[in-house]
Amino acid sequence: MDARNDDPIAAYEDRLAALERKVRMLQETRPAPKAAPGVSKQFVERYAIIGIWILLIVAFALVDNLVYGSSRFFSVGNFATMFSTQGVLVILTLGLLLPLTAGDFDLSIAATMTLASLVLAILVGAMGTPTLIAVVIALAVGAAIGALNAFFVLYFRIHSLIVTLGMATFVIGIGKWISGSRTISIFGANPTLIEWVNQTRLFNVSMSFWYALILCVAIWYYLEYTTPGRRLLFVGRAREVARLAGIRVNAVRAYALIGSGLIAALAGVLAVGVNGSADPSSRLGLLLPAFAAAFLGATSIVPGRFNPWGSFIGVFLLATGISGLQIFGIPNFVQDLFYGGGLILAVAASQLVRRRQPMEFGS
Amino acid sequence: MSQHSDEVPALEIRDLSKRFGGAVALDGVSLTVRQGEVHGLLGQNGSGKSTLIKILSGFHEPAPGGRLRLYGRDVPLPLAPGQFRSLGLAFVHQHLGLVPSLSVTENICLSDFATGRNWHIDWQRETERIRNLFADYDLAIEPTARIAELPQVDRCLVAIVRALEEVRSAQESHGGHGILVLDEPTPFLPRAGVERLFGLVRQVVANGASVVFVSHDVDEILDITDRATVLRDGRVAGTVVTHEARPQDFIEMIVGQRVEHFHADHRDGPQGEPAVVVEGLTGAVCRDLTLRLGEGEVLGLTGLIGSGFDEVPALIYGAAHANAGSLTIGGRRSDLARMTPEDAVRRGIAYLPADRLGASGAGSLPVADNLTLPSLDRFMAALGLRRSGMREWSATVGRQHQVKPNDPAMYLQNLSGGNQQKVLLAKWLEIGPRLLLLDEPTQGVDVGARQQVFAAIDRAAKDGTVVICASTDAEQLAQICDRVLVMAHGRVAAELTGTDVTKETITYHCYSGLALNQTALID
Repeated sequence: MDARNDDPIAAYEDRLAALERKVRMLQETRPAPKAAPGVSKQFVERYAIIGIWILLIVAFALVDNLVYGSSRFFSVGNFATMFSTQGVLVILTLGLLLPLTAGDFDLSIAATMTLASLVLAILVGAMGTPTLIAVVIALAVGAAIGALNAFFVLYFRIHSLIVTLGMATFVIGIGKWISGSRTISIFGANPTLIEWVNQTRLFNVSMSFWYALILCVAIWYYLEYTTPGRRLLFVGRAREVARLAGIRVNAVRAYALIGSGLIAALAGVLAVGVNGSADPSSRLGLLLPAFAAAFLGATSIVPGRFNPWGSFIGVFLLATGISGLQIFGIPNFVQDLFYGGGLILAVAASQLVRRRQPMEFGS
Repeated sequence: MSQHSDEVPALEIRDLSKRFGGAVALDGVSLTVRQGEVHGLLGQNGSGKSTLIKILSGFHEPAPGGRLRLYGRDVPLPLAPGQFRSLGLAFVHQHLGLVPSLSVTENICLSDFATGRNWHIDWQRETERIRNLFADYDLAIEPTARIAELPQVDRCLVAIVRALEEVRSAQESHGGHGILVLDEPTPFLPRAGVERLFGLVRQVVANGASVVFVSHDVDEILDITDRATVLRDGRVAGTVVTHEARPQDFIEMIVGQRVEHFHADHRDGPQGEPAVVVEGLTGAVCRDLTLRLGEGEVLGLTGLIGSGFDEVPALIYGAAHANAGSLTIGGRRSDLARMTPEDAVRRGIAYLPADRLGASGAGSLPVADNLTLPSLDRFMAALGLRRSGMREWSATVGRQHQVKPNDPAMYLQNLSGGNQQKVLLAKWLEIGPRLLLLDEPTQGVDVGARQQVFAAIDRAAKDGTVVICASTDAEQLAQICDRVLVMAHGRVAAELTGTDVTKETITYHCYSGLALNQTALID
């Protein structure tokens, strides 16, 4: 670093400085384009989903008012119902975020949730087990299914898509077996859980929603503000980088799958609380909405990343659309159109953000 | 040059040039390959070998003014991609282009499937045809075997036979016997395998075809070629008749100046107690390697492709599996056969692999996330990670390492190669490693950033970090290393220290490591 003229770094710096000056000059002489909108592209990208949600609400409210002359849609009752009923789906989606962030799929979440709810309902409804103990057992069942997934994915190195696809059907089979394919109610036996989850209300919204909100904060904190959360992110994004940084990649992936099993079981517990009963089939349809919300969430708030707040809003965006259309008397099939279409459009939108690079998912 | 002017040469190249931006890759190269000849093509990395081959395969467009004649016919340049097939040229590259999960027959018929229209494939007939083909060449390879089941040598032979088939099936359009270009097929073959490969090459030329044999290995060039052309800095350094040349002639043409053969200056490692000791390290190629490094020493490892030098950093770090070996660092000894990256990090070892966005850093995550990954502990507060602290720290580190632009929120993949490398090196230097392992640290790094990367390595060494740098870039090693080990066939062929650590000496030993170590040619 002695003589300045034959120092390559200095020469490089000089050239760079000259280029930077030129760029600044060009920018100054060009009519500033971003003066007009006043919001950055990044801001729009991050919060567009909230804007769309509000637009949807306004549009439905207007149509409801002007065409039907009613306020069925934009009413406290309608929104309270919507928030109260979507808590279970929010929790299921939050569980799914863990393996998705680690680069693995979990297609068994809805089945795990169903089995956990059946176990709980049988323990409380038919066997008279105290609620708290039954809840703990149901959660343990979910964690065990997650651990089994992790074993097959990591020990045999099978793609998580295949393991969890098989596991889903296997778990449904167990559910049908132990329940005799019947609906099992806890109403008559012990309504404690129903009180905890559904009958206790805060601002006219049932506790299931508030539990979901608490979990959302917890997962957000975990992913953003803890070292295990950082490790999870690196394992999902660049497995080799994570391995070479000394991260125990397999352990991280196992915890993510166990976590999704556990949280799916939690969703199952709340579902029993909301409905007062469990059956082996009606909740299986929540798999796709959970994926749709997770991918929709990944287009916003922290674009390009699975994130809890985006997923949270994603659930309610989809639910609002469905609730509005159903109020106008459009039949049930609209639900399938919304969730199925929503998943594909959400992924298509995120691919546009990523400039249509091929998707790399898991290994 | 041509003594047999009565016979038309198979391939004639005249005044071929190619520039990439300001850099001259080929400068007026002329080359003649006769019919029935094995013609060697040698040169260092960057001498223009690959550019020449890529022009022939239609991948690069040469500068105007060059001429190409095949079997006496002028062929207009540039060639369209894939056009070489109809001209009688065929290429076998180092990665052979075979599909491991398919059978030998399927692989050989692949190019027919790719272009032909055939609604009924008679597998029995095809298999029989290929069995006869192998018999013609005295090859004992089963056509129904899957490529993955074959040893590396047989795969290589299959690829060559496939290339010959391509040439033959296009014979009516070019009218010659064909020219086979073998682009460094040998580095990963055992000695016996190389012999079998040469046997096939000799048969090929006996049938009238020509072979262009690209290699780094002077021994092999001496063994198999009739004549050989050496490229240096994009020009032809010379074409010689092989049996009239000595190994040194080749090496001097490759390296570019007459190199005095210094007496071996064996200092037994650094003075004083070594800070890092590696003993008996054995991996896929490297065998029983022992290294003793002093505090703050920068050791270079180099050699030709396949010599095993490049696997050493990954073996020490536990990123690749070592068969045997031990590492002593900070007075503690551990078994390298059971090393994991996790243990290595705990022992204060850092590893920067060559694959920047595949193994070093996550391109789709911001610079700050990449930088802080090994240092997360220092941002732990009562309420979890301090995100603002992480951002500020990343900006400070980025400024110190002259990352441009220095924006911690930017995705790593959007930085230039040089700036990515500064970030990834900084990420490890910030934990103050005892041992820093580098693999091709300046590959794809521009000139300015290269000097900054060197400066950062130098600073770390001054602070006591031991550095091991594996690289094929002799100039870089000469610039940063205190000592350079040149490897050949998995063992140390030369140790260079002090004033011997120059680009020329390092390159000289890379090439002579193979050709001279058995013959003891010390004048």
